[in-house]
Amino acid sequence: MDLFEYQARDLFESKGVPVLGGAVATTAQEAKDAATRLGGRVVVKAQGKGGGRGKAGGVKLAQDAQDAAAKAEAILGMDIKGHLVRKVMIAQAAPIESEYYLAILLDRAARSFLVMASVAGGMDIEEVAHKTPEKLAKIHINPNEGIELAKAREIVAAGGFPADVKEDVAAVLVKLWQTFVESDATLVEVNPLVKTSDGRIIALDGKVTLDENASFRHPEYESLIDHAATNPLEALAKEKDLNYVKLDGEVGVIGNGAGLVMSTLDVVAYAGERYGVRPANFLDIGGGASAQVMADGLAIILGDPAVRSVFVNVFGGITACDAVANGIVQALAMLGDSATKPLVVRLDGNNVAEGRRILNEAKHPLVEQVDTMDGAAARAAELAATR
Amino acid sequence: MTIFIDETTKVIVQGMTGSEGSKHTARMIKSGTKIVGGVTPGKGGQVVEIAGQQLPVFNSVSDAVAATGANASVVFVPPKFAKAAVIDAIDASVPLVVVITEGIPVHDTASFFAYAQSSGKTRIIGPNCPGLISPGKCNIGITPADITGPGRIGLVSKSGTLTYQMMYELRDIGFTTAVGIGGDPIIGTTHIDCLRAFQDDPATEAIVMIGEIGGDAEERAAAFIKEYVTKPVVGYVAGFTAPEGKTMGHAGAIVSGSSGTAAAKQIALEAAGVRVGKTPSETARLLRQLLDS
Repeated sequence: MDLFEYQARDLFESKGVPVLGGAVATTAQEAKDAATRLGGRVVVKAQGKGGGRGKAGGVKLAQDAQDAAAKAEAILGMDIKGHLVRKVMIAQAAPIESEYYLAILLDRAARSFLVMASVAGGMDIEEVAHKTPEKLAKIHINPNEGIELAKAREIVAAGGFPADVKEDVAAVLVKLWQTFVESDATLVEVNPLVKTSDGRIIALDGKVTLDENASFRHPEYESLIDHAATNPLEALAKEKDLNYVKLDGEVGVIGNGAGLVMSTLDVVAYAGERYGVRPANFLDIGGGASAQVMADGLAIILGDPAVRSVFVNVFGGITACDAVANGIVQALAMLGDSATKPLVVRLDGNNVAEGRRILNEAKHPLVEQVDTMDGAAARAAELAATR
Repeated sequence: MTIFIDETTKVIVQGMTGSEGSKHTARMIKSGTKIVGGVTPGKGGQVVEIAGQQLPVFNSVSDAVAATGANASVVFVPPKFAKAAVIDAIDASVPLVVVITEGIPVHDTASFFAYAQSSGKTRIIGPNCPGLISPGKCNIGITPADITGPGRIGLVSKSGTLTYQMMYELRDIGFTTAVGIGGDPIIGTTHIDCLRAFQDDPATEAIVMIGEIGGDAEERAAAFIKEYVTKPVVGYVAGFTAPEGKTMGHAGAIVSGSSGTAAAKQIALEAAGVRVGKTPSETARLLRQLLDS
């Protein structure tokens, strides 16, 4: 889960990372109130999860509270790279002398954590890494050792930070590590970390990604979810504990196992090329594939108005095909008249003959069986194109 | 021969007294695995009957190893307790620890993986994986044993059901070992570890490698194949249609910006001489062609 900048700011503040005052606003009036509370000049910043807001005009300096309201009015509702701006952050303005960069992240390749530090902050760090790699210090961190002050000093030295800020930056880095660990983050990035003209070190903009697998020990995650941007079908699926991602096509896909479902999407996309149709969703009902889970999954897919046909692709492993076939039959019975779109079912694996027999005997008017994954995908695509 | 496990492997089950643990213990026993006991802290001294066998329960992995001579452990404990369970197994110097549990926080995995590295004695497989199977000899994890048989193919995959699909399609040729390495961002055993072991295993004649979006493990595996593997390898990559920034079921299956795409992985594998199928079935056909030629 990626946090908005204002959420990252709040998190930093709660962990003792130095930040400027800031507040979130969803209307011009709220922006005005926030600016009044903060006092003086403020920056009005569009809150989005993609980049490119500066170039798109999503960051504006306001001279006073009245001006902040006007700037917020202009930014709220903007479309930045396909994302509607629903919130702005009102932040205190600060006189910046230097801009630096600090980040702690999960390094999948090294199967460890990585710190990146640079005095060339404020710009795209990938560009810094590419054009002037000597300006970006990269140091791996043993998860069981972490970043104590001595380690932080070593990193700051490697990053070439000037002598007058070294100690302060090292102290910030220790706080960032605590934030990273205590929040179960996979990314904590500060860009820029600034030195103000009065010599303070401040995290001016932050990106934080949290590990949803750690939700069980972070009840606070719930309040950080951006419900407004969540697709309603995805929200419904989450309530039912289903792994669902809405896509933009017409062929609904349901299967067991994340890899098999990803593969099913690809096969549907290939088969759909000649019909001009694409997969409508990712839905993994897991290894078990019980009747209730199948019914919940089908209900979500059938509730998507874009769906014109459904491809049910199940490999019978631990749950053999006969149980899966019974699950499908029972799921359709539970759904009754709300099941209105054709289902192409491909069963394979354990007890496949019995599974296919059960579906054949049930003779449900919406269900059609095809024996192979490739063939079933082609049939589902054809049905989606002709209905 | 096989890799990592064989018919002599003695396995303990961490979390054996839980519902998932006991269900899969029964399945492992039925598929020929030597299960010698279980570990559930606080339940040491009990004996449970699973699939007709009397299995002792221990409080710690060290106790279990001392009493049974186990040389592998499989972890079914819930995410909250998984890190402590794996650390317990590492402390007991168990050479192979297979972590089936899905949903372990990545900070926990990073921690126990680093701990295993520093101990230098334990190979971890997973987490969030189906485990590994050498058909007819040993089956550690949740792979259905009866969909395939022993043979001459080695398989390594991030995905469970895609592994099963491939094992089933190629059941007439059969497998030395099939390893599900798991779909999390940090995993204990990589494609490369398995490719090296299959290359070095005389009984493995050809290798199937299944990857998916996210990270760059497939790209690094491609470089390794070019340098080290002389046996025929076919590949499959899932997730060409996955949108950027969305996690597709597996915690590690996410395209971030332009990195981790299926297309980049396919290009890297093909550049290393690996034939990559467009679908699982086509991949199985490519393997048959290579073995026949």
